[in-house]
Amino acid sequence: MITIRNEKSLRISIVLLRLFIGWHFLYEGIIKLYNPDWTSFGYLASAQGPFRPFFLWLTSDTLIGIADWGNIIALTFVGLTLVLGIFEKWGALVGACLLALYYLAHPSFPWVTQLNVEGSYWFINKNLIELVACVVIYQIPTSQFFGLARLFNKKEIETQSETR
Amino acid sequence: MKFTRRDALKGLGGIPLMGAVWWAGAANTVAKKKERTAILEQLNIQPSLPKAIPGIGDEPVRIGIIGFGIRGEQLCRALGYATNEWKEEMRLAAEENPKNSALKDFMTQDKLNIKLTGICDIFDYRANRALKSFNTDDNKMLRFRTHQEMIRSGKVDAVVIATPDHWHAPMSIDALENNIHVYVEKPMTHTVGETYRLREAARNSKAVFQVGHQHRQTLSFQTAKDIIQKGTIGHISLIQTNTNRNDDNGAWMYDIHPDASPQTIDWEMFLGSAPKVPFNKNHFFRWRKWWAYGSGLSGDLLSHDYDRLNCVLNMGIPDSVMTSGGIYTHRDGRNVPDVLNVNMEYPNFSTGGSQKKGKEQGMSFVYSATLGNGFNRPTHLMGHDGTMELGNRLTIWPDSGSTRYADMVEANKMSPGIPIYQYNPGASSPDAVASATSQYFADKGLMWTYINGARVDYTFLHMREWLSSARNGGKVSCGIKEGFEEAISSHMAGLSYKLGRRIEWDHKQEILKPIEGIDFDEALLAPM
Repeated sequence: MITIRNEKSLRISIVLLRLFIGWHFLYEGIIKLYNPDWTSFGYLASAQGPFRPFFLWLTSDTLIGIADWGNIIALTFVGLTLVLGIFEKWGALVGACLLALYYLAHPSFPWVTQLNVEGSYWFINKNLIELVACVVIYQIPTSQFFGLARLFNKKEIETQSETR
Repeated sequence: MKFTRRDALKGLGGIPLMGAVWWAGAANTVAKKKERTAILEQLNIQPSLPKAIPGIGDEPVRIGIIGFGIRGEQLCRALGYATNEWKEEMRLAAEENPKNSALKDFMTQDKLNIKLTGICDIFDYRANRALKSFNTDDNKMLRFRTHQEMIRSGKVDAVVIATPDHWHAPMSIDALENNIHVYVEKPMTHTVGETYRLREAARNSKAVFQVGHQHRQTLSFQTAKDIIQKGTIGHISLIQTNTNRNDDNGAWMYDIHPDASPQTIDWEMFLGSAPKVPFNKNHFFRWRKWWAYGSGLSGDLLSHDYDRLNCVLNMGIPDSVMTSGGIYTHRDGRNVPDVLNVNMEYPNFSTGGSQKKGKEQGMSFVYSATLGNGFNRPTHLMGHDGTMELGNRLTIWPDSGSTRYADMVEANKMSPGIPIYQYNPGASSPDAVASATSQYFADKGLMWTYINGARVDYTFLHMREWLSSARNGGKVSCGIKEGFEEAISSHMAGLSYKLGRRIEWDHKQEILKPIEGIDFDEALLAPM
């Protein structure tokens, strides 16, 4: 096990990381939620790389609605859990899965055409980095320190102590 | 249980944050939507939906194919008949490149209630190629030596004509006089004189006549029509449309088949009304390079661009045409130009305007083409209030000097560099104030061919409309009126190039204004 010299600073950093990622997901979710014309069709239809057939399959008439709503709900769920600090492990997990899908739809492989990217990437892109950050949040929960979980947990701890 | 102040702060701290992000996201989206709706409401553009076409009921329509070259094969595929060779070729192409969906698209295309009952091609190899694939148990196909024989055989209700240009009118006239429906490739005719004769035949025939300008089925053009009529871009003073090609195929250097010989090709029939020359494979396969059989850039490609815009604007035949150009990129013995610039004048044409009445009237249509450069120059319609880029998708930019949008430009609600409207038939909704993303996807052509999730071949729609109209009645998109305008305008451009002078149209008498000492058809066919 590693030893951490300044656990408090690390905790604050992880809380910030969690809040920022939550912020990002929540905003993306809300924007889509309030725009009835939004659709993931373009993103999916232009998918590249080895999983292209899967993403193209999602663009079918029957599935595109489910894909759109699934995305909005998942984004908002991740955003709420990470910002509010409750069920954060689930949030981080769902967030990582979503990011994996985004990455696979438009992977930064050098042999794949880079569509609509704002930077220069070689295998690693921002989606992948955010994915790893979600993994970190999964491994270092901080909601008991900053988040709704702090209130619920306290209640639990106190109840435990009362019955003792 | 006891909560400290610290607990409350740290436990509930996320809530205001959530509120802020939620509010920002909702407010931003709603505000943008409002802005968009305001612009869209002002523009009041209704994207066109695909036309509902009554099906072909009862017995299948029996179709005869005249000419089974490159275009003839393509037309047969649009009708649902592909050769085994093509299918195999496309299967291999898809294996090599999974993105090649030609075969899949063909297989999923709606089936038309038709039979290909006749083939007429004067090159044995091509006629046999059609028979080999199409003459099956459920589709009996006969080869006819001549089109006259096919038209009078009683075996066909309709013919598809995909021959060299000099045969378009004679075959169409013959079929129409026998009340056989006609789908003829563009340009509709090869000379001015036969344009009138064909119009007469079409008017007197019970059969349905359609010219193969399949782009009339393009949804974006129908939407463009609505946009222009609503005065969205104001008075159009200039149209620029172009052809840029830079490959052998684009310059009509088609392959010469090894089986071609005087024994396998009916050379006399090929020549028809053209000057008698000895058997020449180059002429037979690359006929578009000579005025004797083809119509050069003016008939071959200007006709497309002209009809595209005539479909949107219904501007008709120009008052006058001036053309210049030359053979600058392919000096290989051809006599048609490979660089061409055509100016068509419409001094009385108007799309309406936002300024003082009487200030604006008249329009120039400029067509510019080269077969020595492949740079993409889009079609632009330039109005006082905006500019429209016309393609499979439509984009409209407001003009900095616009009268109609002056207030919105002033209030920064519109900016000349940012499109105010973009239309993709395949996207779920039109984009006002296009984002870079939608612009990008649209540029890539990722969306427009998808209608209801399926890629649609416009030629298929055009032929289906023709057949439906043949069976059920109803108007076709490119009938004799449209074909007449296309043919005359193209011939005016060709004539101006050849004579080096302005060619004028007399709208009242519906004739080319005569030029002393000039026989227009002789000039048009001259080798030069």
